[in-house]
Amino acid sequence: MAAGVIGIGRETSYRYRKFKSDFMMTVTVGATILTLIPLFLVLGYLLTKGFSSVNWAFFTHMPAPVGEPGGGMANAIVGTLEVVGIAILIGVPIGVGAGLYLASHRADTFANTVRFCADVMMGVPSIVVGIFAYAVVVRPMGGFSTLAGSVALAAIMIPLVTRTTEEMVVLVPPELREASLALGVPQWKTTLAIVARTALAGIATGVILAVARVAGETAPLLFTSFGNRFWSTSLFHPINTLTVQVYTYAISPFADWQRQAWAGALVLTALVLALELGVRWVTGGSAKAAK
Amino acid sequence: MREARLADLESSVAEKLAVVKRERATHAGARLFGDRVFNITTFLLALLILVLLLGLAIALIYDSLPAIKQFGFSFVISREWDPVSDEYGALPFIYGTFVSSMLALLIAVPLSLGVALCLSEMAPDWLSMRLGFLVDLLAAIPSVVYGLWAIFVMGPWLRDHVEPLLQFGLGWTPFFTGPKIAVGMLSAAVILAIMIIPYISSVCTDVFRVVPHFQREAALALGATKWETVKTAVIPYGFTGVIGAVILGLGRALGETIAVAMIIGNSSEISLSLFHPSATLASVIANEFAEATSDLHVAALVELGFVLLVLGIVLNVVARALVLGVSARRFEGGD
Repeated sequence: MAAGVIGIGRETSYRYRKFKSDFMMTVTVGATILTLIPLFLVLGYLLTKGFSSVNWAFFTHMPAPVGEPGGGMANAIVGTLEVVGIAILIGVPIGVGAGLYLASHRADTFANTVRFCADVMMGVPSIVVGIFAYAVVVRPMGGFSTLAGSVALAAIMIPLVTRTTEEMVVLVPPELREASLALGVPQWKTTLAIVARTALAGIATGVILAVARVAGETAPLLFTSFGNRFWSTSLFHPINTLTVQVYTYAISPFADWQRQAWAGALVLTALVLALELGVRWVTGGSAKAAK
Repeated sequence: MREARLADLESSVAEKLAVVKRERATHAGARLFGDRVFNITTFLLALLILVLLLGLAIALIYDSLPAIKQFGFSFVISREWDPVSDEYGALPFIYGTFVSSMLALLIAVPLSLGVALCLSEMAPDWLSMRLGFLVDLLAAIPSVVYGLWAIFVMGPWLRDHVEPLLQFGLGWTPFFTGPKIAVGMLSAAVILAIMIIPYISSVCTDVFRVVPHFQREAALALGATKWETVKTAVIPYGFTGVIGAVILGLGRALGETIAVAMIIGNSSEISLSLFHPSATLASVIANEFAEATSDLHVAALVELGFVLLVLGIVLNVVARALVLGVSARRFEGGD
């Protein structure tokens, strides 16, 4: 087959084939450069347009009413931290626990089913998770709330954390576990204090990447935590978040709000990239999990 | 005398042994109890994932029942979406989702393949790692930030520089007619393409990297050039994986919400022209859900969500099976 395709025909002289090869390989380099251009453009615009609006007031002031210049996103920054923080409290224990279970039951049917479900959950569009949180939290509780937003984000985090935890725990050498068991340490203590402890860096990496992923989510928050122009930290009231605030400002017709949207986007991107880059830097670039 | 001492000793040893045995038994009991609590806890947490997915499906089906009852199958073939008269048909959004995702793939797949080949075949390891890192960063930027950039930078640029060219060259087709505006199907497809490239290219890169070296060496030994090696040895070997990566990208594109909602223009009209505003399943949910006017409106939106859920799950399962098929083959190859 190869000879047919590679062809030692009349018109396929070596020079032509070499030229074609070099040309195609250059095209791949071109594709890579073309792909990276939007990255630099987005980051460049964020810096130039965002920096001029990020000032002290941006972090300490509330959103200004229409037509009034100035104002900030203090409530949105706190809101993002709160919604994501509670999502971590809900999602991480569940994800890590389930991951430990999957790691110690590699082959049974139930574990395989759960593993399959976790993989499937990763493919569920985040807006659909938002509808789910609306159905199970917002409607029964009678209104948009911080808690609903956190539940939605936690549901997105759980499969990511579960699968990284499992992958990291499976990498722990079985000798460690055996040594601990041979010394008479109970199984649960071995799993938590030896196996999970050894895999801790990997699990933490997975958790941080999952946090970075959900911190940038807008769609599942639109009708769960909703948004709030006022200061609120209550679990049971709507709360403002950076992503929703940037979205609202970006599609507004007011120049002042649009400028604030760039500032918010810069802060949001800085937050997410800091998490991603921080993890990669600490783990030496080996963190490719949670995808 | 001696026998008595021996008997004494024996009984005391027996006593001590009994104590040790009893202690061991209680320890083992405590240990078993701890293990059992731990096992049951982690089992329940694992079960929760199953419940979560089932709950997701059930909640969506249950909440869309009013719309399913009211419209039945005509829901997916009706082009009427009118919250004012409570008439709902999903066709415009199914069309919008399909066209925007396909266009995005059309742009993203060749570029992703280029990136993957450059990273796996061309670049030296140190460069490949850094470039791969940069491409991955594209996936880290939040969707809303892409949307913002698309509204204020990319959309206007497409309108001023790309759309006139397309209209000049291909204006005779129905796809590039009408007024040139910054928001619309074309802008949405381009931003989607940018957003899904990192996913497709990173899977393709991994797939090409597991192609065994003897596969390449064999082609090279037959006198193939680098490109011929790629074409005859690398791509065919990883072909199912590449298809899997493309399907994974398609799944991403279908479900992408905010960036699309910001740039697609949100019109429930079906138009062949790519300059025309449109809407996708996800974007209409994002736009209308929080302000849905009637119960039927909510139910119709949830039904759109259910369609998305099914599409997302099916594509994800198929893609995973294909990609895993390739990486599993590595072990058969004995590399």
